[in-house]
Amino acid sequence: MGFEKFGRKSFTAVTKTAKFVDLLAEGKVEGTVCKDCGAKFFPPRADCAKCFSKSMDWFEMPKKGKLETFTTAYYAPFGFEADPPYTMGVVDFGGGLKLFARLAKEIKPEEVKVGMDVIIRPLKYDDNQLSFEIAKG
Amino acid sequence: MKKDVAVIGVGQSSFVRGYEGSIRELAFEAFREAIQDAGITQKDVDASVFCSAPEYDKQRSPAGVLAEYLGLIPQPTFYVESVCSSSSTGVKVGYSMIKSGLHDVVVILGFQKMSEITSAESQERMGRGADIQWEAPFGTMMPAYYALYAQAYMAKRGLTHDDLMGVRLKSSTYGVINERAVYRKAVKPEDFKQGDPEAKLAGPVAWPLRVGDCCANADGSSCIILADAKKAKALSKKPVWILGIGAASEAVNMAARPDFTKGLSVGYGAAAEAYRMAGITSKDVKVAEVHDCFTIAEIMAYEGLGFAPMGEGKQLIREKATYKDGKIPVNVDGGLLSKGHPIGATGGSQIRTIVLQLRGEAGPMQVPGGPDIGLVHNIGGVGLYGNVTIFGR
Repeated sequence: MGFEKFGRKSFTAVTKTAKFVDLLAEGKVEGTVCKDCGAKFFPPRADCAKCFSKSMDWFEMPKKGKLETFTTAYYAPFGFEADPPYTMGVVDFGGGLKLFARLAKEIKPEEVKVGMDVIIRPLKYDDNQLSFEIAKG
Repeated sequence: MKKDVAVIGVGQSSFVRGYEGSIRELAFEAFREAIQDAGITQKDVDASVFCSAPEYDKQRSPAGVLAEYLGLIPQPTFYVESVCSSSSTGVKVGYSMIKSGLHDVVVILGFQKMSEITSAESQERMGRGADIQWEAPFGTMMPAYYALYAQAYMAKRGLTHDDLMGVRLKSSTYGVINERAVYRKAVKPEDFKQGDPEAKLAGPVAWPLRVGDCCANADGSSCIILADAKKAKALSKKPVWILGIGAASEAVNMAARPDFTKGLSVGYGAAAEAYRMAGITSKDVKVAEVHDCFTIAEIMAYEGLGFAPMGEGKQLIREKATYKDGKIPVNVDGGLLSKGHPIGATGGSQIRTIVLQLRGEAGPMQVPGGPDIGLVHNIGGVGLYGNVTIFGR
């Protein structure tokens, strides 16, 4: 249990990576790193696909990256109807690490540009759901 | 170029909104046409494969139920899915069953009754074809995923909204003349005019994609009957041979996609394998069906298939090269955008179009010059799965 707290609405309750949500509560956005071979993963994984180890540590994601691409959704799926419009994008931190998330509401649509400097920060919704978002760098 | 498995029969229901019948009756429409096209009966069929995206079906394990309704019991039957590419995956499985020597004649039946559930439910369930653990919690939908690619192409590849509109204008040209298509209205540039409340295709869905950039949900079925060389020659006057099959897969999460300006990797991977197996290049293809679930997807498909260099897919639309009389006609049946996209039936419908083209039986949509090699490109999810199948006379 625990992972049902992730995001605007979670579709998964049980995962071996549920500590991700506890870390969000502490203000940290973290991925996993294999203790045996050093491979880094985001989103977090419980199992290393490179060396088959199940021995994982957590590492804090880089704070700064560049917005690789984005979209603004004007329609939302079932359960998200109150939210549109909202913008989602992919952040590239370099070194093979990327992340997908929503952009902070304070960013005006006309300010969003491919390649812009962005930061990542944790987010707590009014209903205590925990997530992370992309903000201006 | 080996000719050892052939298509001997093709069928397709009309693609419609709100089919007035159950899934078994929908499936029967495509099956009836295909088995009559092949000129055989159920006794000639050794096995069947059923394909759909299961999130739409109320019937669990539909293969047995549909096989009975089609009169295909007691022969073996089972179910295959790879979301939007389910029925081209089914054809790959059927091809393998015949090549292995286990069976001689196999029916592949793709179906989808999207109207089994409401539109809101449908959007949410389609989203479940992406990463439900790490992405769906942000409120993702299929148009938003493809919009990520469209945005990157606009920023880095010089793609414009007019290029995307050009794809839709082409598809509607053929949707108008395809009596099996769900969207048969003519589309004009004015329909995309920003800020005009009368412009029905201009509204944003997932920017930069607009209403007119998105394919039409539909109910529909398709049926492909495959046979080994001996049976094909004995039963069929116009067998169309499978010359090459390629398939690939890719990471589901957008965070693992290497480069949004280079299209869907499964398109390249599946195409390379299919061309190699067929012993041909993209220049040998005379007519193609590509997976245009969104306008941007068709542009990316041109590049993945080698019809245009990387980043230059837009030129084919600007030059009208993919119209019926162009150098490489693509989706001249209206494609997913206008013919419609009943998920599990789509791949089989694309294959039917190419088979009819190679036989010279495509009616008003027939590509001139008697095309001898045709290609089908069918994608599942957001480039999660890709199948490319090459056919020849």
